[in-house]
Amino acid sequence: MSALAVLPACSNSGGETKPDEKKVEVFSWWSGPGEAEGLDALIANFKQSNAGVEFVNAAVAGGSGTQAKQVLSDRMRNNQPPDSYQLHAGLEAADDIKAGWLEDLTGLYESNGWKSKFPAGLIEKLSISGKIYAVPVNIHRSNLMFFSPKKLAEWGIAAPAKTWTEFLAQAETLKAKNVKALSVGATWTQLHLLENVLLGELGTAKYNGLWDGKTDWKGADVVAALDTFKKILDVSVVGTDDWQPTIDKVLAGTAAYNVMGDWAAGYLQGAKALKYKDGYDVVASPGSTGVYNFLADSFTLPKNAPHKTYAEAWLKLCASPAGQDLFNPKKGSVPARLDSDKSKYTDYLGWALSQWQDTKTVVVGSLVHGVVANNSWKSEIEKAYGVFFTGKDSAKFAASVSAAYAANK
Amino acid sequence: MSKLKRRIGRWVPGLLLVSPSLVLLGVFVYGFIGWNIKISVTDWKGQLETDNYVGLFWYKQLFADETFHNDARNLLIFTLVFILGSMSVGLLLALLMDKGVRGENILRSIYLFPMGISFIATGIVWRWLLNSDPGEGTTGVNDLLGLVGVHSDWHKSDSQWAIAAIALPAGWALSGYVMALFLAGLRGIPDELREAARVDGATEFRVYWHVVRPMMYPVLMSALVILAHISLKTFDLIYAIAPLDPRTETPAIFMYLTAFRGNFYARGAAIATLLFFAIAVVIVPYIWYSIRKERTAR
Repeated sequence: MSALAVLPACSNSGGETKPDEKKVEVFSWWSGPGEAEGLDALIANFKQSNAGVEFVNAAVAGGSGTQAKQVLSDRMRNNQPPDSYQLHAGLEAADDIKAGWLEDLTGLYESNGWKSKFPAGLIEKLSISGKIYAVPVNIHRSNLMFFSPKKLAEWGIAAPAKTWTEFLAQAETLKAKNVKALSVGATWTQLHLLENVLLGELGTAKYNGLWDGKTDWKGADVVAALDTFKKILDVSVVGTDDWQPTIDKVLAGTAAYNVMGDWAAGYLQGAKALKYKDGYDVVASPGSTGVYNFLADSFTLPKNAPHKTYAEAWLKLCASPAGQDLFNPKKGSVPARLDSDKSKYTDYLGWALSQWQDTKTVVVGSLVHGVVANNSWKSEIEKAYGVFFTGKDSAKFAASVSAAYAANK
Repeated sequence: MSKLKRRIGRWVPGLLLVSPSLVLLGVFVYGFIGWNIKISVTDWKGQLETDNYVGLFWYKQLFADETFHNDARNLLIFTLVFILGSMSVGLLLALLMDKGVRGENILRSIYLFPMGISFIATGIVWRWLLNSDPGEGTTGVNDLLGLVGVHSDWHKSDSQWAIAAIALPAGWALSGYVMALFLAGLRGIPDELREAARVDGATEFRVYWHVVRPMMYPVLMSALVILAHISLKTFDLIYAIAPLDPRTETPAIFMYLTAFRGNFYARGAAIATLLFFAIAVVIVPYIWYSIRKERTAR
């Protein structure tokens, strides 16, 4: 600690609240195509209704926020919080809450009647020890399987697989035609596949239990699901690329399916100019029909935010139907609210929104995208997965994930 | 003038001159090394620093951790292939240059240029060169190998030696530098010595073996130490070519992931400390050796 004393004392200049200053600083990692336009639309709306307030868009570029989070950690430790910052909804916030960085927003939810405006399953996943710390802006879906309908017909497959057992049977047919059943890439895409195999094989109740200690990782059913995952890898083309080149292999006909989140629909429709249902099609990943494995971006209110009034105005805009409908069509996601304007969402998004708003849909949370595990446990799972990937020992993987849960819950 | 005064007069101005850099080094190098070691024996996990003493807990955990074993083994393979590779290529280039070649200046610069490129840029270029997609997706070196019907999976292969593929770009970047070191060493050997051997009837091979080789040991030692410490701390190159892949993960990457993604700061500090001692094992004997040699030379 003493070594820090010689550094310039920059850490004391921030931290004071400035309620009179007309300014708001919003920290995010939305700088990519689609998301940046969506953020700009929100900012324009904010400026209209809050005339004269300076809006500082502190967006830090870099893969799903990993760069931004480091910049943010530094600022928070030095007590220089922005007025609001982006977080994946769910337990990714647990560390920040433990560190005392976040304001409890339950009151804001109650005074604005937001609790009834979002699906109950979402509110439950957003709550940490009964309190809500974030406002969800958009909803993405993780449990999706993409394919090319024409190619599937060419290979003599009538309909996409509804269960992983059926998938493995189709893999045999495809093998005879020299096609791999699935395309999977870098480690995170493998984990993305793993969470959806667990979801499809175990069902929603046991899947939810994996994350709160109610399902025993070492149980026979979980180990069997992990074995199924290994069989799926065996019939897949396993690369190290990010998700775009990985899904390209489906378009090229190297592989039949790709399990990816719905940002892939935006890529296929935009960069690849493919038509929904014609050039590409998508169904829920095997065994998860009627389930929405969600991830969401949300905004928070840090403690000691210098401009709290405008930060709350920002959060209200984010939660409003108008704000959500401005942002989501551009970002390629669906609004979290149940009362948003359906006519703004077409093609894949139209289907996704009807599924999200369907009251029969069961909402579960994604592991890879920060909903169901805190950062420490998640990074320990990633570490154990590295050993699993090379050694292929399901029981050992289950045991280390279970031990990591006990050590980091 | 007393003897003492004269002695003070001799070393005080010198000390004043070096003191700014001594202070900076003391704080930013040794101070931070100490701070890092201190963190490694605390229980700091999560966003806020905690400093409860836990002794060697993280070290014990690391020594029992399969990921750490895997990473250490990868690092060992990488270091061996990288050092042997760039040493032999560098030595060969230096010997050829020393024999006299037209356009030596231009060639020397060409061989040195790769070192001037940042490891991140090198990594991005080599990620493409080491692409292992089959069929139409093939690019880079596999395109060339394809001409003779060979295909390599490089760092994506299931072999335990996958990490050796990363030594290729690392060696590409640094063998020119090793060449420059060896060439300087070779040029430092007086021509008279070689001439004398030749006059005595030694063959060219014997001239190199009995006259040149013994005089090259100091250069060899510095090259070895420089390459070894670069190898131990290589992070950006591997991260740019194959991020988050157990087949190419080294302790330096593990340290980054566990500390900054998982908030296991104390564990990250423990890995950093182990890497620091691993480098010290290489460098300290070298420093000790060169100090002793300087003394005997005086």
